[in-house]
Amino acid sequence: MELLLAIITGLLYAAGIYMIMRRSIVKLILGIVLLGNGVNLLIFLLGRITKGEPPIISDSDKILEGIFADPIPQALILTAIVISFGLQSFAIILVKRAYKVLKTDDLDQLNTTDEDS
Amino acid sequence: MTNHVIILPLIVNLLFSIILMFFWRNINFQKLFSVIGNAIGLGVAIYVFTHVYQNGTQVVEAGNWEAPFGIVFVGDMLAATLVLLTAISGLAVSIFSSISVINARLRFGYFSVFQFLLLGLNGAFLTGDIFNLYVWFEIIIISSFVLISIGGEKNQLEGAVKYFALNFFASMIFLTALGVLYGLAGTLNMADLAGKVQSIENRTLVDVCAVLFLVGFGIKSAIFPLYFWLPASYHTPPSAVSAIFAGLLTKVGVYALIRVFSMIFEIDVFLQNLLIGLGILTIFSGGIGALTHTNIRKVFSYLIICHIGFMIGGLGLFTKVALTGVVFYLIHDIIVKTNLFLIAGVIYRIKATTNMNKIGGLYANYPKLSLLMAIPLFSLVGVPPLSGFWPKLSLILASFSEAQYWYFGALIFGSFITLFIIARLWSKAFWKDQPEFKRERKFIYFYELRPFQKLQFIMPIMLLTFVSLYIGFGANHIQELSVRIAEEITNKDLYIKAVLNP
Amino acid sequence: MKTIILKTASNYLLPVLLLFSVFILLRGHYLPGGGFVGGLVAAIAFVLDAFANGLQNTKQVLKIHPGFFMPVGLAIAFLSAISPILFADLPLMTGLWAHEPVPVLGKIGSALFFDTGVYLVVIGAALTIIFTISESA
Repeated sequence: MELLLAIITGLLYAAGIYMIMRRSIVKLILGIVLLGNGVNLLIFLLGRITKGEPPIISDSDKILEGIFADPIPQALILTAIVISFGLQSFAIILVKRAYKVLKTDDLDQLNTTDEDS
Repeated sequence: MTNHVIILPLIVNLLFSIILMFFWRNINFQKLFSVIGNAIGLGVAIYVFTHVYQNGTQVVEAGNWEAPFGIVFVGDMLAATLVLLTAISGLAVSIFSSISVINARLRFGYFSVFQFLLLGLNGAFLTGDIFNLYVWFEIIIISSFVLISIGGEKNQLEGAVKYFALNFFASMIFLTALGVLYGLAGTLNMADLAGKVQSIENRTLVDVCAVLFLVGFGIKSAIFPLYFWLPASYHTPPSAVSAIFAGLLTKVGVYALIRVFSMIFEIDVFLQNLLIGLGILTIFSGGIGALTHTNIRKVFSYLIICHIGFMIGGLGLFTKVALTGVVFYLIHDIIVKTNLFLIAGVIYRIKATTNMNKIGGLYANYPKLSLLMAIPLFSLVGVPPLSGFWPKLSLILASFSEAQYWYFGALIFGSFITLFIIARLWSKAFWKDQPEFKRERKFIYFYELRPFQKLQFIMPIMLLTFVSLYIGFGANHIQELSVRIAEEITNKDLYIKAVLNP
Repeated sequence: MKTIILKTASNYLLPVLLLFSVFILLRGHYLPGGGFVGGLVAAIAFVLDAFANGLQNTKQVLKIHPGFFMPVGLAIAFLSAISPILFADLPLMTGLWAHEPVPVLGKIGSALFFDTGVYLVVIGAALTIIFTISESA
């Protein structure tokens, strides 16, 4: 299981970075989404995968007993997902605006900021 | 009695951003309340600073969860100083934006987002938890994305796309590094990490993790070879926005580097050579980049990069003298860089362009204003006794005593090239006669403004110049403070003790 | 996408989903759920309504601009976060709990108000984003 997840994480990173380096802005966003998922999976994997209970205390107990999953990576991933949700929706709107104004989605055409004015 | 003092800046920023959000449409109200909020913020920051200065490192455990398990806010001297500087720049820029940013932009909640940016900055300086640092960084970059793209002009959107792509990528690398670090050490509290990372056996992975942090923060603080987003984007938004970005956003990257490489990772020979090498190359590439441009704001953008190199190299030396220089330089740089972009904004308001070749005669037309502008410009160069001189002295001394002659040479080179660039700017924009002047229609020139509006333009510059002068002439106070901060950085037991055994 | 099936179904689904989102919000403290998830469910309810009946209709159902939910939610969350400082002299965000359980809701604490704030912010943010995107399409 861990090996499989490690391979998937690597694939997501590779695919994400490949897409970021393409020339189209839309692919840039797809790359960012893939990379974000890769990072989340990495945190999940590095938090040690255990075949145990979810870390929820049942009504009859006061503390967690037996083997339970580490809740911290899950909290981290949840936070990261929320943040990337906000960033990605911003990115989509930004790219849409940029496409309307600049009339191109080719990153190589975006060089007015390099001109000296 | 629990001590809440150090979270007060966060509460003030958040409170005012909520208040400003409620009055989304009422721009005059927003202008007034943003200035009031930042003035209160400055008062609170001064209070926090004096409190920490007198009572030492302060710790607040959020949610009353004990230290390595919950999130802590730690106010040591470095954090308190940076919070104070953030408040000063924030006040200056909020006054400046209330006049210089057009209402069409302000209508999109500019001031509210600006308060969020300051909230993120203060949070990043005060937090003692590395994942919480990531969250504050995200608040900073989301706010900065909004500020940089507000208005939606052509080159602004283009700059925003570049800025967005690289900063988001940097956050992803930072998050990857965090994941690896949590997997290795099993904790996220910086004080706890300081002890646990030392005892990890897999040193290779620790080094990989350290380099990932370096790359992540390196993109944010614009060090060589990761700086390309900065000159492509910083000149595109309104000057007020560039000013706060220039003053604080790259410096928060430098702050994070200082924190991470003093608390969590030891600077070994490899990291030392890497940091010094990167510092030297950053100085060279920034300086030479600044030479090739004639747009004032672009020149200043490259100068930001050049001077980041000073601090990165100084961090690499990691001796007490070098760190004193780095901290002093950080204090000086935040104030001066904010001021420079405000000055560029005023020049734009006077001449309707920031291209050095198309303007001139500023000194002949505005002698008093030009003299005011001269002070920050020459502070940047480091003409004694202005503020840039003293930290360079410490850095040069440290590089000499550590026998890092390349870095020594780069420091001298960087200072000379800054001198040359500022002298060129001075002679072209201030002394040269005005070349053929084409009056633009629909542009409100500086001389057409009412006296109060002029004052709104000039007051923030005066405020920041006054602080710069204080840093220069009261250098013994700042030097004392920097020595104390450098001591706290090198002797991390103080920090660990404050956090783990309150 | 104005099919009669979706239209009819969404009329019933909107209140059910909203009720479900409140249920998720309330069970959130000790069980899976909470403000963020509840807020997303509520936002989805409105988006489904917008798909079926058109954006204008959903805006009429909402009556106020979704962006207004954000400052309200933030204010509630902010007040609940600083209430321990104001009332109990405890650090920021410490949970304050009422001693007597309230019927239906169970024990009430400052965490519930924080979650309610998050719930409103999430509805506001998600709807603002989606409405902006679909309006400019």
